[in-house]
Amino acid sequence: MNKLIVSPSPHAATRESVPSLMYGVIISLLPALGVSVYYFGIGMVIVTAVSVLSCILFEYLIQKFVMKVKTTHLDGSALLTGLLLAFCLPANLPLWMVMIGALVAVGIAKMTFGGLGNNIFNPALVGRVFLFISFPVAMTSWPQPGQWLKYTDALTGATPLGVMKEGLATKSVAEIMPELPSFLNLFLGNTMGSAGEVAAFALLIGMIYLLYKKIITWHIPISILGTVFLFTGILWLANPDRFADPLFHMLTGGLMLGAIYMATDYVTSPMSTKGMLIYGVGIGVVTVLIRVFGAYPEGVQFAILIFNGFTPLLNKYIKPKRFGKVVSNG
Amino acid sequence: MSLKTFSKGGVHPPENKLSAGVSIQKIPLPEVVVIPLSQHLGAPSKVLVKRGDEVKVGQLIAQSDGFISTNIHSSVSGKVLKVDLFPDSSGYRKMAVQIQVEGDTWMEDIDRSEDLVRNTVLEQADIRKKMLEAGIVGLGGATFPSHVKLMVPSGKTAEYLIINGVECEPYLTADQMLMQEHPTELAAGISLLMKGLGVEKAILGIENNKPDAIRIMKEATKDSAIEVQALKVMYPQGGEKQLVQALLKREVPSGGLPIDVGVVVFNVGTAYATYMAVMKNRPLIERVVTVSGKSLEKPSNFKVRVGTPVSYLIEQAGGLPEDTAKVINGGPMMGKALSSLDVPVVKGSSGILIIKEEEAARKEILPCIRCTRCVGVCPMGLEPYLLMTQSEKGLYERMEQEKVMDCIECGSCSYTCPSARPLLDYIRLGKAEVGKIMRSRKAV
Repeated sequence: MNKLIVSPSPHAATRESVPSLMYGVIISLLPALGVSVYYFGIGMVIVTAVSVLSCILFEYLIQKFVMKVKTTHLDGSALLTGLLLAFCLPANLPLWMVMIGALVAVGIAKMTFGGLGNNIFNPALVGRVFLFISFPVAMTSWPQPGQWLKYTDALTGATPLGVMKEGLATKSVAEIMPELPSFLNLFLGNTMGSAGEVAAFALLIGMIYLLYKKIITWHIPISILGTVFLFTGILWLANPDRFADPLFHMLTGGLMLGAIYMATDYVTSPMSTKGMLIYGVGIGVVTVLIRVFGAYPEGVQFAILIFNGFTPLLNKYIKPKRFGKVVSNG
Repeated sequence: MSLKTFSKGGVHPPENKLSAGVSIQKIPLPEVVVIPLSQHLGAPSKVLVKRGDEVKVGQLIAQSDGFISTNIHSSVSGKVLKVDLFPDSSGYRKMAVQIQVEGDTWMEDIDRSEDLVRNTVLEQADIRKKMLEAGIVGLGGATFPSHVKLMVPSGKTAEYLIINGVECEPYLTADQMLMQEHPTELAAGISLLMKGLGVEKAILGIENNKPDAIRIMKEATKDSAIEVQALKVMYPQGGEKQLVQALLKREVPSGGLPIDVGVVVFNVGTAYATYMAVMKNRPLIERVVTVSGKSLEKPSNFKVRVGTPVSYLIEQAGGLPEDTAKVINGGPMMGKALSSLDVPVVKGSSGILIIKEEEAARKEILPCIRCTRCVGVCPMGLEPYLLMTQSEKGLYERMEQEKVMDCIECGSCSYTCPSARPLLDYIRLGKAEVGKIMRSRKAV
C-alpha cells in the first residue's frame, strides 16, 4: 500500500503566491509605463531598464555574496522596486545616478533589514529620496514631454507644482494658472514630472485593475486621495487666490503614484483596515502640509516615508474588531 | 437580491462538489466492523458485551458513562471477536468492539419501514431520553452528545433552533444528498428537535450552491414553522458562530456558546438521525458519507454502517488510485489526514477525501510580506500573522491577550497565504500552550 502523508489541515491552498501578486502589480503598471514611454521616449526606456536590472542584480549579489542565503531576485519584488524607482525619477537622469538609487533602494532600504517582508520603509521611495537629497539639481530638472530620441540632453522645465510654489511667492493662483498645462493634459500626463507619475488616468486604470484583482483594497489609496481632495478643497474655498483648487492637487506631482503604488506597498503599510485608514489620512494631511506650507513643492514621498515609520505602531495599537465582543441578544 | 452571509472574513475555495447529485447508495456489509467506544465528545461509553457474544443490528453494546456521554449500538449482526485497542482516525489506539458480520438480523423493536411517521405524543423529556438511548451525537463533525445540547442551562433561554445545511467544506455532499432525498423525514426531525428544545422558530441555512436542496426543503417545510434560508457561498459558514451571525446577526460572545444568544445549532444529519431515533426507534448506527477526490473513479455518497473500514469504502468507490498521497477524514479545509486506511467510519465521519500527489505537496514557505490577507479572511477577527510570530517565539501570554482561544481552526489563514506560511499549525501549537496555562491558573 502507498505511504500516506499526514499533515494538519487545511489540505487546500490558494493559487496566489508572492510572485503572482508581484507580477499582478507589475501588469497594472504597464499602462502608465506605456504613457511614459510615449511622452519621454528613449529616456524612459533607458532609466527603466537600468533601474530594473540594477535592482535585480543588486538583490542577487547581496543575497549570494553578503547574506549568503537563497537568492530570490526573480520573485518579482526586485523587479517591482526597480520599476517603481524608475517611475519616480526624471526620465533624463544619468545612468550612474539611477544605479546608485537602485543600490540604496535594494541594498540599504530592503536588504539591511533582512530582505523581503522585513523592511520598514518603502525601498523605491528611500532610493528616490536619497537621490533627491544627494543630487537636487539633476533630480529637479524635468524633461519636457515629446522629445522621443533625447535622453540626458533633453530640454527641461519645472513641474506644475514647482511652478505653482514659485509663482505663489509673488502672484495669485489665477495669474499662475495660464502658465500651466490644462487639466486635460495633466490628466493625460502631457507635462513635466517624474517619468511614471505624470499620467493620472493610466495610474487610475492600474488602480482599478489592482482593486478588481483584489491585490490591494481601496482603503489606502482612497483615504489618501480623499484626504488630499478635502483638505485642499477647504483651503481653496477659504482663499482661492492663495490656494490652488483640489483638482489641480489631485492631478499633479506624485500623488496618484504614491497613493496607488507606494503607500499600498504590503510590507510597509498597516495590517488592519482601520490602521490603513489612519495611515492614509495621515499621508494625505502631511502631503498637503508640505505642498502648501512647506519648502518643497511636493510632499508625497516624505509623507509616505513618515507614515511607514508609524506602521509598526499602528499595527500594535489598532486591532481589527474581534468577533463576539458585542453581545446583542434580540 | 444579495444573499445573507456572515460579516467578517471568509474564503471561497473551489467547491469541487464532484459527488453532488449522486444518489445515496447502500453498500454491501463488510466482513468485520470495528466500533470505537469513544465516537463522541465526552466520556467513552462503558462496554456491555464481551468476546463471543452474539449481537443484533441496533443492539446496545456500550452505555453512556457520564453526563456528557452517549450510548453506542452494534451496527451489524454477528459475533463479537474482540473488545480491545484499535487505531481510530486520530491514529491512536482506543478501545473498540470488533464484530464479525453474520447476516443482517435487526432488533425486533426497530421500525425498518419507509413509512413516514409524523405525529408524536412524546413530551420534551421523552424526546431527549430517546436521543440519549439512540446515541445521537452532532453529525456535523464535533460529535457533541445531542441530548445534552437540548438541555438549556438555567438562566438562558432558547429562542431559535438553527439547522446547519450549509456544508461549506469543498467536496462534501452528504448533507446535500440527505436534504434532497429525505426532506420529509428531515422536516419531521427538525420539528422533533424544536419540541425537544422548546422553541417555536427554526431556520435551516443552506448555501446557494445547492439550489435543488433549497427548493426541495422549502417545499417540504412550507406549512411549518421552519424557515429555509439560502446563504451566499462562503467558507466557514458552517462554523456555528458564523452561521448564527449570518442568519440572525447575533454574535456569540468570545468563549461563549450559541445558547448565550438564544440559539441552539444542529446539523441536518443530526435532525435526520433524531427522526429515525424518536419515530422509528432506530439508533444511530449508520450515516451518509461522501467518498470523493479528483482521482477517484466514482465519487459517491454512501449510506454506511458505523464501524465500516475506510479502505472498504474506498474500494466501493472504485479503489484507491495509484497516485494517492493523502486520505482525509472530512473535508479539505478542516479534515484530518489518516495515517492508515484500516480505521473505522464513526458517527462523526462526513467524508473521505482522496488527495493526489500534486495536490498534497505544500508549497515552499516564503517570508511574510504583510499582505493582510490572513487578517482579512479570519472569521473571528484575529491576526493570524501576529499569532504565528508569537507562537514561534513562545509568547503565549501575549497570544492569550490576542484572543487566540477564539480561533475556530477553520484554516482560512493558511489557505489564503500567498507565502504558504503554516499559520494555523503554529496557532494550534500556541492554543495548546495557552490552554495549559489557563488550566494551570484554574488549578491554583
